[in-house]
Amino acid sequence: MMVNQSYIKSRLIYLCYMITFILNNEMVCTANPAGSSLLDFIRFDMELKGTKSGCREGDCGACTVLMGTPENGGVTYRSIVSCLTPLANVHGKHIVTIEGINTGFLTPVQKALVDNSATQCGFCTPGIVMSLSAAELSMTQTTFESLIASLSGNICRCTGYKSIERAAEEIALVIKEKDADDPVGWLVANGHLPGYFLSIAGRLEEIEKNEDEDKSFGLKTAGGTDLMVQKADEMSESVILPLQALRELNGITIMEGRCIIGASVTMSEISHSPEIRKYLPELNGFMKLIGSEQVRNMATVAGNIANASPIGDMTVMLLALGAELTIKGEERERIVPLKEFFIAYKKTDLADNEHIRNISFDIMPESALFNFEKVSRRTHLDIASVNSAMLVRMDGQRIGECHIAAGGVSPVPLCLDRTCEFLRGKEVTSETILQTVAIMKEEISPISDVRGSAEYKTLLLRQLIIAHFLKLFPGRLNLSPEMI
Amino acid sequence: MINKDATGHVSGRSVYLDDIPVLKNTLFGSVIGSPSAHGRITHIDTSKAMELPGVVRVFTSKDIPGKNDIGGIIPDETLFAHDEVHYRSQPVALVVATDEMTARKASGLVSVKVSEMGIVTDPRVAKEKGHLLIPSRTFRMGDIQNAWKECDHIFEGRVDSGAQEHLYLETQGAYAIPDGEGGMKIHTSTQGPTLVQKIAARVLGVPMNIVEVDVTRLGGAFGGKEDQATGVAVMAALASYLLNSPVKIVLQRGDDIRMTGKRHPYSADFRIGLTADLKIKAYQAILYQNGGAAADLSPAIMERTLFHSTNAYYIPNTEVTVHSCRTNLPPNTAFRGFGAPQGMFVVESAIARAAMGLNIPAYDIQKTNLLKEGDEFHYGQIAEGVNIGKCYESLEKDFRLEEIVQEIFDFNSRKTFFRKGMALMPVCFGVSFTNTSMNQARALVHIYQDGSIGISTGAVEMGQGVNTKLSQVAARIFSIDIGRIKIGTTNTARVANTSPTAASSGADLNGNALLIASGKLLDRLKKIAAEKLGCSPGDIELKDEIVHKSGIPTDLTWEELVKFAFMSRISLTENGHYATPMIWFDKRLEKGNPFAYHVYGAAIVTVTLDCLRGTYTVDKVLIMHDFGNSINPAIDLGQVEGGVMQGIGWMTMEEVLFNKEGMMLTDSLSTYKVPDIYSAPGVLICKALETNGPEQAIFKSKAVGEPPFMYGIGAFFALQNAVRAFNPKWNPDFDAPLTPEKILMRLYGR
Repeated sequence: MMVNQSYIKSRLIYLCYMITFILNNEMVCTANPAGSSLLDFIRFDMELKGTKSGCREGDCGACTVLMGTPENGGVTYRSIVSCLTPLANVHGKHIVTIEGINTGFLTPVQKALVDNSATQCGFCTPGIVMSLSAAELSMTQTTFESLIASLSGNICRCTGYKSIERAAEEIALVIKEKDADDPVGWLVANGHLPGYFLSIAGRLEEIEKNEDEDKSFGLKTAGGTDLMVQKADEMSESVILPLQALRELNGITIMEGRCIIGASVTMSEISHSPEIRKYLPELNGFMKLIGSEQVRNMATVAGNIANASPIGDMTVMLLALGAELTIKGEERERIVPLKEFFIAYKKTDLADNEHIRNISFDIMPESALFNFEKVSRRTHLDIASVNSAMLVRMDGQRIGECHIAAGGVSPVPLCLDRTCEFLRGKEVTSETILQTVAIMKEEISPISDVRGSAEYKTLLLRQLIIAHFLKLFPGRLNLSPEMI
Repeated sequence: MINKDATGHVSGRSVYLDDIPVLKNTLFGSVIGSPSAHGRITHIDTSKAMELPGVVRVFTSKDIPGKNDIGGIIPDETLFAHDEVHYRSQPVALVVATDEMTARKASGLVSVKVSEMGIVTDPRVAKEKGHLLIPSRTFRMGDIQNAWKECDHIFEGRVDSGAQEHLYLETQGAYAIPDGEGGMKIHTSTQGPTLVQKIAARVLGVPMNIVEVDVTRLGGAFGGKEDQATGVAVMAALASYLLNSPVKIVLQRGDDIRMTGKRHPYSADFRIGLTADLKIKAYQAILYQNGGAAADLSPAIMERTLFHSTNAYYIPNTEVTVHSCRTNLPPNTAFRGFGAPQGMFVVESAIARAAMGLNIPAYDIQKTNLLKEGDEFHYGQIAEGVNIGKCYESLEKDFRLEEIVQEIFDFNSRKTFFRKGMALMPVCFGVSFTNTSMNQARALVHIYQDGSIGISTGAVEMGQGVNTKLSQVAARIFSIDIGRIKIGTTNTARVANTSPTAASSGADLNGNALLIASGKLLDRLKKIAAEKLGCSPGDIELKDEIVHKSGIPTDLTWEELVKFAFMSRISLTENGHYATPMIWFDKRLEKGNPFAYHVYGAAIVTVTLDCLRGTYTVDKVLIMHDFGNSINPAIDLGQVEGGVMQGIGWMTMEEVLFNKEGMMLTDSLSTYKVPDIYSAPGVLICKALETNGPEQAIFKSKAVGEPPFMYGIGAFFALQNAVRAFNPKWNPDFDAPLTPEKILMRLYGR
């Protein structure tokens, strides 16, 4: 049999970079390329076939598994899609596949799905079991709504979802009494999880951390959710440096009136951050429109920016918030305003040897108003046709500071500077808004593509700007359909 | 009765094609598709791919020992393009390598040069150029020419419906293993094991008995694995045969979407004429079916479009023509409904158009023209057991139609930027393969010495629960615990010459064959029991695993009876053969009695439209459905709910886009969106109409797979009504799907 030389070579390199984690109830150690996918490791190396491969771009959820991360003395579990997870990102974690949930009898989640005929062809079902189990494992109360939200990244083509909803209703009933301070303990005690979960926290401590930046090498990768789609085959043979392993890039801090988000902070961390909830409470509701539960658990804000998609949801919000990036090269760090970071389509001001360390912005004063709008073909887990964010501060009856950003209407995420300039000093009236949208049209250059025609995107951005004002100034505008 | 597979599914133990343990020497294949939608192949360079370590061989059409032809109905489709390519991504070659990654990399190194030729993607243009897959067909009833004169109102219009990707969660795949004795076993994810067997034999140039096809279950199919699973399976078979090695091919999602056909897009022109009392006097339609580059199942799909072109209405003067047009797209194929949804969408559009013209609700016209017992369909069959009128009455009564109408009116008067809309959607769907010869099935039943039963039929389990229904049939006949029954894989060596599991007919055909086989065994067992108990077989009854004599339980249990029969040298194996009686169709006259029976039902669909953003939610789907006497209400409800969701997807967010070069732009799940859990209707209630059910249906439990799909069509008209409520200046068109983009453009269009 012919032997793949490059494969052998890559194996040799990786011997010095072992990835260790607990898979279900077993400590595993692998020298597979750090950029290769967790899904392939699970299915091919470990022969665990319960985790299914449906799309390899994080859009179907059939490969959903749980990732347990040591946090505050315990282990916090989140659902992730294993197809988009580079192996490097699971070092020191607990990965749970459907096989690791099975207890010998059906768990309440599994039983509810069976009893409600919520599985037909069954190919999506293991992923659905894992997502629902993640909702059970959350550090907050598990409700019908949170169970449904956990399935935002799971496609089922057979059932039409109503039977899955009925199963979720049943699960919500049996999990009412959950102890949110110790979900693992409660779930094990009540037959929702196998007993070995109780030993995981201690066993994870035995794994040596890979957090010495200087000794590591390779492509610096955060969540990997874009790279694993766009460069799947390349990644699968690549050395990568997982930014998540670098402690100083973790966490959200508030310092001197600024909010600083580390490069490895995920979308979910933003959702759950007490700081963000306190200083930017609006943000949380908008986060649900970004990706799916699984993707938000993996994707980072820095990655959303570095990917330079002209339609990045978080990017557009951060543009309106006037964010800045701290960028680090081999020699020095530099600060770049986000709006100057995007040079051309998918081209940024980031040099090859540089990476984003953090994103920061001034905390909004209480008088400021913030809104985000997004329209896509499907409301959840879809890329926007057009999105827009607006930050506005009133100066009495008149508009003071104002920032509107929009995605999908130019080669880069755009700040509508001239539109905002026009708005400054104006009163919020229907006439003002109609004049504003006319100016907006001069600033944008949408193209027709799979997300919609240029004509549609122009009309849609007009609608979204009107929506900003209708939402932020309820009752102030007397806009009737005929006027627009 | 819960689906027998459910426990395996929720614990991840169910085995799909890609989960079958692979033998050590297995090779992996990756398909190379055409870089162009139409042209002459000038050059295929495999040298770079062959240089890659691990690559074993690259196969092209030259390597085929038998016929390079995989056409199911018409021999017009190659396994590998020979001299010309007719659609983009059409298979041209197959790389085989020692691992999947190498095969995939190597497929990118094979260079295919094509001298481009002109392409056509629009079926109307194809028709104009005379590019037809088969001759056009017309169904007629009454005297259409004279009927127009009797009409008080005549309306005309154009209707377009888009393609739909099946998006079975499990992609196409196959694993072919030589048996070392000159034979071969193909594990594959197909709805048509016999078709794979037949075509593999044809391509390899061997008799069919050399090829054994085995199917455990499919991770979804919806018609997409009826004909379209054959190509991949035969490629694996070819490579396996020529290399004498196991070969596995599992398509990556992108390749699967690009290479396989979809639901046919249709374009149509209609003319509808009504009398003053809203009777539809005349209906004429010309439909252009976009068949893609090869016939595949298009002729049969075209036929079903013709059959269902008047949906659940009696229209005395009808003339419907379908042109099956050849275009440079992947060969379009079966998809739940099989051409019926496209045909029904046209007649519903015609009714909607007339309703707008007359400024009345469409359901007034619908209701006036519903089929009645004894009415003639335009294909000659006399309607029997007609339930559509009852369904409408129930909608009005049980779901309080009037209140819904009033609520929507009130809401729309109150809101500035929101509108609600609603529509009714009746369905009448014929059950049987329209190709009469396909309505046959066989079942093989073994009763083992210990009383357990092994059953094989031609039915393929793909989530529709056919294995559970078949188990129920046998359990009921023998009156034993269902746990004693195991349905084996679908295997061509055990049950031969099977029809594909399609046309909603899997349970009917295979269940009836099983009924026959089981009945024969039961008679034999009764006879031997009678001998043992000293009575006549007529006095014997099996009840809850106990032999009863003249209604009184005896000491003889099921297990003892089976053991006794075996010791008495009675055959405990039986075959059943079933052919649906009394169905026929004469294609010369386009008249006959093609269907065993019809399924009826009707739905109310309501939506809310955000008129500022152009986004929408489906609020309610309220259904009155005729299940007959359902053998498994839980499974049947699942079919309704799943079908409705797919139908709504087809009418709303699911949009297959090609560019001018015939390249598919929506070849991933990030660009082709199917409904997610948040897209599900807020409320879905499905009530079962109380009926007896027809004799031809298994235990009078009607087929259920396809009909509910068409309730989804109601979503289109509900949305259209909501748009009209916001923008009265809009001149409505009938162009599905109604995506948020199309909605917004119409909300603000003039």
